[in-house]
Amino acid sequence: MPNCKTVVPYRGTQEQEDRLRRFLQDHKGQPGAVMPVLQEIQSIFGYLPEEALIIAAEEMDISLSELYSVGSFYAQFSFNPKGVHQVSVCLGTACYVKGAAEVLEAAEKKLGICNGSITLDGRFSLDATRCIGACGLAPVMMVDSDVYGRLTPDQVGPILDKYM
Amino acid sequence: MALNAVKQVNLKINGLDVCVPEGTTILEAARSVGIRIPTLCFLKNINEIGACRICVVEVEGARSLVASCVYPVSEGMVVRTNTEKVRHSRQLTLELIMSNHRMDCLTCARNSHCELLALANELRIDAVRYANDQLPPQIEDSALHLVRDNSKCILCRRCTATCHKVQQVAVISPNERGFKTHIACAYDRDLGEVDCVSCGQCVVACPTGALTVRDDTEKVWAALDDPAKHVVVAPAPAVRVTLGECLGMPIGTNVEGKLATALRRLGFDRVFDVDTAADFTIVEEGTEFLDRLQNGGVLPMITSCSPGWIRYCELHQPDLIPNLSSCKSPQQMFGSLVKTYYAEKEGIDPRDIVVVSVMPCTAKKYEVQREEMRLANGCLPVDISITTRELSSMIKRAGLLFDHLPDGEFDEALGVSTGAAAIFGATGGVMEAALRTVAVKLAGVGMQVDFHEVRGLEGIKEAGYCLPGRTVRVAVASGLSNAKKLLDRVKKGEAHYDFIEIMGCPGGCINGGGQPTQPADVRSFTDLVKLRSEALYSQDVRTQLRRSHENPVLQQIYQEYLGKPGGHRAHEILHTHYAPMRKYRT
Repeated sequence: MPNCKTVVPYRGTQEQEDRLRRFLQDHKGQPGAVMPVLQEIQSIFGYLPEEALIIAAEEMDISLSELYSVGSFYAQFSFNPKGVHQVSVCLGTACYVKGAAEVLEAAEKKLGICNGSITLDGRFSLDATRCIGACGLAPVMMVDSDVYGRLTPDQVGPILDKYM
Repeated sequence: MALNAVKQVNLKINGLDVCVPEGTTILEAARSVGIRIPTLCFLKNINEIGACRICVVEVEGARSLVASCVYPVSEGMVVRTNTEKVRHSRQLTLELIMSNHRMDCLTCARNSHCELLALANELRIDAVRYANDQLPPQIEDSALHLVRDNSKCILCRRCTATCHKVQQVAVISPNERGFKTHIACAYDRDLGEVDCVSCGQCVVACPTGALTVRDDTEKVWAALDDPAKHVVVAPAPAVRVTLGECLGMPIGTNVEGKLATALRRLGFDRVFDVDTAADFTIVEEGTEFLDRLQNGGVLPMITSCSPGWIRYCELHQPDLIPNLSSCKSPQQMFGSLVKTYYAEKEGIDPRDIVVVSVMPCTAKKYEVQREEMRLANGCLPVDISITTRELSSMIKRAGLLFDHLPDGEFDEALGVSTGAAAIFGATGGVMEAALRTVAVKLAGVGMQVDFHEVRGLEGIKEAGYCLPGRTVRVAVASGLSNAKKLLDRVKKGEAHYDFIEIMGCPGGCINGGGQPTQPADVRSFTDLVKLRSEALYSQDVRTQLRRSHENPVLQQIYQEYLGKPGGHRAHEILHTHYAPMRKYRT
């Protein structure tokens, strides 16, 4: 589930909310404003927190349900913030045929979260990605900017331990 | 030719010559020559998205099959609705739709009137080859009025279109995409957590068992089986003209007499009528309105009979709360009178009385538990509220052959009513009933009884009536999108009224969320609201007394017990209050 509900508490600041409100003022009543509004929220907060969507729903007189419906349709919107460490597993074709699905499963099990979400303490977020251009090393996992290649599922746990 | 005449288009459907106005869809054009094309996601004026592909037909020259529910006719078009290609395509589509529909038809609440089941029968689906991600049940029953089970949802969008377009409450939408698409609230919260108003219009729009009304009939049976309980029942005005539909009778049949007999034979100790309480509502509301009019109270006054509307107002338009009439709804007035006046008169402890109401409405299930309704003696006025559909299932289960039942009467203590109460069930009815009484109070005898301007099927109606001293400007809206439109104009100062009637459901209670479900085929091509409301207006004409304040039982109860309309005791028992509600929970 790419968009499962976040477990991390909302940490939006007054400054972020003010920035959002200014943006909403400029787009009030504009037809087709839903996408730009969602994009702005994601760029301000890094994801689509419920609190921010409520602000947008109220200011724009659009239902919260509609905003969420559109947001959850597009894979590029996230309902989870990014963790201190960002783990991504490549699910591109080459990685996939080399067993990336099992690698992802091992990462999900190790972190105790599903793909697309974040650990309760906010330390790790996990995402499946498309090809990262390291097909020669398939299957590939990245933790922040470190690349780990030719992985087997049993190697995933020890690698993640290094960041715990 | 008239100046604005719509251009006519000639085409051939299955070899028949058809001439219809430009803009007509193939579906409607076919219908006009007696050809029925099956549909599933289509709901006229509500959900016209051509998504389910069940209604596909062949159009000569078109690259592929077209969805007839949204495809407009054109000159010279040649259409075939029943070819091998069409039949095969429909079958395959339906098979795929069924492949992830949980098929527990035998135990499903919708089993005898499920549109998917009927379609599977009609299209002769003998087996589902793509079996199947048979989903486990996904019961979500956080709301007081309905139960959701997405494992039976076929994603037709009829519920979401109703919620967004007809009601503009917009609490459910399709979330996510592709195979993960599912109908839910924002952030997949439960329905009970969000700003749903409990109108139940989504339930009557749903073709399957994915949305069903919470069944409270077991509670009623338990009360009937308990010898220590004195169980009284009363049906709402709109129930008598719709119940018959669930029991094999034509739309718009008034079954009041059989209804009274059926309730008695089910074993209720007293069979009363909410119509009686509706007369109290008019007398109280009329008094309140005159008081506001003459003593500078908050105007426009807005009616408070519809609990879906009340919840909408508290959630979405809290600034209008001072405009709401403080009168309880007829259901709550009924329960309040039973547990005070009737209990005292009969010498029964009100805690031993179980009040059951039969309602056209799902929001009534929410209304009965509102704390604001609680009486001074500690009782909530109504204990169980069941819908028209639930009553029909009780009648069937009890083995009552409804069409064989003789006509009966309601028990007199709270069972005598006027024509004014009868029309409560249709949009404009409460307004007309109130005007009948208000006109007489202001002008004395000889005033008109019929106020035709507030009748009819339009979503918003307006009228002005010259009464002694001043003109009273009134407006009527039904369906919450119409209510919003009307109230926006009032707030902007574009329209000025003294009195507004609002009903949460389009057409009023006769089209409530608890009313018989009719398949889209019937809903799209028959005017349910018209047929059902005509039955109420003809009851009104047949009734001897047509003004609420003329009701002899009502007069007696005021004299014996309540005192003056709008007086202290009447207020204590028959009025309530409202408070703004939080829309979001985070």
